[in-house]
Amino acid sequence: MLNYDLVVIGGGPAGMAAALRARDFGIRDIIILERAETLGGILEQCIHTGFGLHYFGEELSGPEYAARFIELVEDQKIEYKVDTMVTDVTEDKVVTAVNKTDGLLKIQAKAVILAMGCRERPRGALSIAGTRPSGIMTAGTAQKYVNLDGYMPGKEIVILGSGDIGLIMARRMTLEGAHVKMVCELMPYSGGLTRNIVQCLDDFGIPLHLSTTVIATHGNGRLEGVTIAKVDDKLNPIPGTEEYVACDTLMLSVGLIPENELTKNIGIGMDRITNGAVVNEMRETDHEGIFACGNVLHVHDLVDYVTLEAQIAGEGAARYILGQKAAAAEYLTLTAGNGVRYTVPQRVNIRSEESVKVYFRVGRIYKNAKVVLTCAGKVVSSKKKVKLAPGEMENVIIPNEVLATLTVNDEIKIEVEE
Amino acid sequence: MTKTMTCVACPLGCQLSVTLDGDTVVSVTGNTCKRGDAYARTEISNPVRSLTTTVRCEGGLHPVVPVKTTLPIPKDRMFECMKLINETVVQAPVEVGQVLIHNILGTDAHVIATNNN
Repeated sequence: MLNYDLVVIGGGPAGMAAALRARDFGIRDIIILERAETLGGILEQCIHTGFGLHYFGEELSGPEYAARFIELVEDQKIEYKVDTMVTDVTEDKVVTAVNKTDGLLKIQAKAVILAMGCRERPRGALSIAGTRPSGIMTAGTAQKYVNLDGYMPGKEIVILGSGDIGLIMARRMTLEGAHVKMVCELMPYSGGLTRNIVQCLDDFGIPLHLSTTVIATHGNGRLEGVTIAKVDDKLNPIPGTEEYVACDTLMLSVGLIPENELTKNIGIGMDRITNGAVVNEMRETDHEGIFACGNVLHVHDLVDYVTLEAQIAGEGAARYILGQKAAAAEYLTLTAGNGVRYTVPQRVNIRSEESVKVYFRVGRIYKNAKVVLTCAGKVVSSKKKVKLAPGEMENVIIPNEVLATLTVNDEIKIEVEE
Repeated sequence: MTKTMTCVACPLGCQLSVTLDGDTVVSVTGNTCKRGDAYARTEISNPVRSLTTTVRCEGGLHPVVPVKTTLPIPKDRMFECMKLINETVVQAPVEVGQVLIHNILGTDAHVIATNNN
């Protein structure tokens, strides 16, 4: 059995930022375990720019953003193992991992940071009728083929789902000479950033069909076409609106699922909306000393926010290891009020000496609405917002002086007022 | 005349309102930073975009290396640039920031590697 103060599972942006912050707080004995062949996580295949505007104040591509952290990890001599798959984490923080050189590894950690990221919802999770030919893949898989492996997975493309990866891939495939015929979106709005609709679809005249889905796939061997249909307000296909679209490739960008198998095995309490762990303001789960951050906790729209969140978890883990944790914690579970789908953190230590920034997502698009924070029946803040959209994460700050006035029986509520 | 557009300078995506007198921009509103103002003005006169793609790379971990243009290039020259980039083959090792194509098609933008390979 090996011993480390801190084991970080996942060497993407979350894992690296968490490890680096823990090192800043004086934790020497850290190891990052990464499944892929390099550090960097999904950023390695996200070759488009738009990363780092908040954190670095400049626009970087995914690999460039990752490279800055990889360099720091190297400079700080933080130990890491790539090509290493963690298969189990126990309640008492024994991490089991496998790789080709070490075989089976068992590591006893004082604290664990879960930073495994997320994966794409696969085709099997959608009930699309029809044959099962090749040419149907997630947008992220296509992105890996094109950007890392250097080959084009198709020529005539239909994309289902207008999340950012789908939009980015529409542009990427077009630039490489493919014909992206359309992007279909089940919902009446896009799940992606508006700028991506402009620069990935509008720039190239790619139509976005809202309230439209793919109801069947056709072809033997290779995909030959799909049937699309409009959906009603209950998201059911409307008979008579079916249309056949010839294509050799269907890309799915239909949502991301935090990769929480390890988390669930430990028995950590989960949030049914985020599909991630329930955490406090330091991103500590309901199991002491086990923290979670990044897309494994909830799916972020910007990596910059992943970095900031991971730094909180890194600090939390360091303080836990150093025994600096606030002694008398009193937790209050936040209320996601009208219009708010979820909050992270879900619970807050009201004895926290510092103000707490709470991130949240809204359930639908709002125009000229207000984000209202109410603590113990008193409105603490009410912020006007020109636009709120489910694709864009918002935040609100609970000031420490307000926290100090609360008791465990009070309610902290975040809601949208129209 | 007033034109509305979404600023793509950053992920915020501000809704801009551009007041025009013929082809001349009179005013820009809706932007939350000065980059939005600049974006609206270039978008009217000469729309430009950053180009990100990959270049064939022999002898590295991956068969391609990601690249970007150091400056945004005219929107209507993107496919011309793509053609040239796709005809280019480089040899590993390639480092982040290395210039792979100098001043591509006279646009003043260099094509640089955005990862090591």
